Amino acid sequence: MPSRTPLVLRRIYPVAPRDLEQAGTVSTEVRRELLALGMSPDVVRRASVICFEGEMNIVLYSQGGRVILLVKEDRVELLFSDDGPGIADIELVSQPGYSTAPDWARELGFGAGLGINNMEQNSDLFEIRSRVGEGTVVRATILLGVPFF
Amino acid sequence: MKLREIAELVEANFITGADQAEREVSRAFAADLLSDVLAMVQEEGVLLITGMTTPQVVRVAEVMNMGAVLFVRGKLPAAATVEYAMGTGIPLLATRRIMFETCGILYKAGLHAAQRKQMPLDHALPDATRS
Ligand SMILES: Nc1ncnc2c1ncn2[C@@H]1O[C@H](COP(=O)(O)OP(=O)(O)OP(=O)(O)O)[C@@H](O)[C@H]1O
Ligand SMILES: [Mg+2]
Repeated sequence: MPSRTPLVLRRIYPVAPRDLEQAGTVSTEVRRELLALGMSPDVVRRASVICFEGEMNIVLYSQGGRVILLVKEDRVELLFSDDGPGIADIELVSQPGYSTAPDWARELGFGAGLGINNMEQNSDLFEIRSRVGEGTVVRATILLGVPFF
Repeated sequence: MKLREIAELVEANFITGADQAEREVSRAFAADLLSDVLAMVQEEGVLLITGMTTPQVVRVAEVMNMGAVLFVRGKLPAAATVEYAMGTGIPLLATRRIMFETCGILYKAGLHAAQRKQMPLDHALPDATRS
């Protein structure tokens, strides 16, 4: 169910494909926004890690997209939306260790196939929707004030 | 362990953050694979020991609130990355020693290993090597 609690903050950050100079800067900005809002260290850390993984996946695998940060009274939502190529088998790519990272991404230290799993592990709610040829949306939600283990 | 002691032990120089030499780092994690750093480190304030010098290393250290980055094998990040690190307040150090030596020296001197998060494929290991 979409939450109907009031919106505290909304930010949209474009992410360029294969831009390795900039890759990761959205996550550092998201972290600063959450710190400025006085979010707990645990929430800031989890959101930052989720964001970095999601941002890198847009950079490495998509034709470009955007990260959307939504802060509501009871939750932090991060949406990673891209303009393709889409994911044919979401279950397959979500398996730890599965990676199609090209050599140039591996040389930069990525491609362990752990990112999606890591995003899910740090989220309270997690969902991937995709249409081949159109794009992918990953939605990661952290519920505020809910104990996290 | 203080960054100053770490620098002395492995003969590292501060690339930036020399004013933070008295900063304590709790534990250390060594890797070139950033995916592993992102997925496995769970505490804050950890020293990252790495031979990877891309801008993403400093950004990962920043978003994970790590204590410092120690580059090994004489590798140095680009000037723009150093400048970026200055703004984040994360000290960067560099040593000519290889990763194995660097880790060995620091471990022997009492720096602890970072706790590694339980990973999804751990059950597939032949025996439980997780500490
Ligand atoms: N936005 C996306 N569009 C298309 N394919 C994607 C997208 N995000 C991930 N994938 C696919 O899912 C695979 C697994 O992604 P995941 O983030 O779990 O691991 P990785 O990026 O390969 O490695 P790591 O994140 O550990 O560096 C990728 O290798 C890629 O094939
Ligand atoms: Mg990934």
